[in-house]
Amino acid sequence: MPIEIIEPGLGSTIQDLGRPGYYRYGIPPGGAVDLYSARAANLLVGNDEGAALIESPYLGPKLRATEDTVIAVTGAQMELQVNGAGAPSWEAVPLSAGDVVSFGFLTAGARIYIAVAGGIDVPEVLGSRSTYAIGSFGGFEGRALLAGDVLPTGSGGARPGRSVPEDLRPSFSRSIEVRVVMGLYDYRLSEAGLRAFLDEEWTLSPVADRMGFRYSGPTLEWIEREQPFGAGSDPSNIVDAGYPVGSIQVPGGLEPIILHRDAVSGGGYAMVATVISADMDLVGQSSPGARTRFRAVSLDDALAARRERDDLVDALRAALS
Amino acid sequence: MAEHQVQSPLPGIFYRRPAPDQPAFVEEGDAVTADQTIGLVEVMKQFSEVKAGASGTLVSFTAENEGLLGPGDVIATIETD
Repeated sequence: MPIEIIEPGLGSTIQDLGRPGYYRYGIPPGGAVDLYSARAANLLVGNDEGAALIESPYLGPKLRATEDTVIAVTGAQMELQVNGAGAPSWEAVPLSAGDVVSFGFLTAGARIYIAVAGGIDVPEVLGSRSTYAIGSFGGFEGRALLAGDVLPTGSGGARPGRSVPEDLRPSFSRSIEVRVVMGLYDYRLSEAGLRAFLDEEWTLSPVADRMGFRYSGPTLEWIEREQPFGAGSDPSNIVDAGYPVGSIQVPGGLEPIILHRDAVSGGGYAMVATVISADMDLVGQSSPGARTRFRAVSLDDALAARRERDDLVDALRAALS
Repeated sequence: MAEHQVQSPLPGIFYRRPAPDQPAFVEEGDAVTADQTIGLVEVMKQFSEVKAGASGTLVSFTAENEGLLGPGDVIATIETD
């Protein structure tokens, strides 16, 4: 049992690559919001890339190793400290029993990933160790970490010294462009509404979390219609439908919300576009105030971007094999 | 006298009051103790208390009430005892 939580940070949870396949029953995929960084952290310490690790948004936790182990921190830029001294991120770092791990301020990005050799050994639920906090299952007792929690870890891994090459580390900007495929309900926006969605700059609001990323900006105009039976009265309402992960809804025409990995699976808001899978990590690493533009791409472009992203992950695997 | 700068550990919206209809946690010029709450930061629909971190006199707020903060931004300056 080598990892003890001294301070939990804010909403730190255990995540892995998620539990795809249950969304149609209302259970979201979950898993790391930035899957690339999570894979990198695991590979660095010699784990399977789908091992469970700690995801901490905005504020780093304070941990103690109760046995000798190896950790790796990836994701957002936030200074790693071991017993108060600076240590490298994107690198496997050996810890001795009793070492205390803490973090400086977040300087770029939004979430860090902390992998421990052997992985965090919590029970699998529906094939995954990811925490789904709203459903109170998965991860460590179905909730965010608290001070005093002792995280069991598996065996294996532990290869200190390896690091992710510079060109395979993501860079984080306060001004990003997110590629989207338009639809299914973009036809419900007026021409002016559609133009505003794609041409204006949006700002990420502080309510963004694992379920959804909400943006402030202009009000979007919808085409007026007599609402169909079963739909709410606002023009942004539709008859309930399934929500794709990454889909963007705009309740009331105000504040678009990108559904992320802990999103609800359906509801009655028109989805005007869906973020392409290759850009979901980018969205996940934006923090409040980040300026965001949406750029429409074709489905073919989205699939090409997905293949490029897969190639990048292959390059990461090769560099850390 | 030494100065202590209170920094925000989190990004989010800064509030000087516990609730809209209540007075501010502390006013400029007030004496504060290290573990005293001087404001709240809201992010991910959660409110985190910001502690003074040092005892003394809170001489000024740099952060605006209901303004957006980044991690490490200075919220207030305390002249320590």
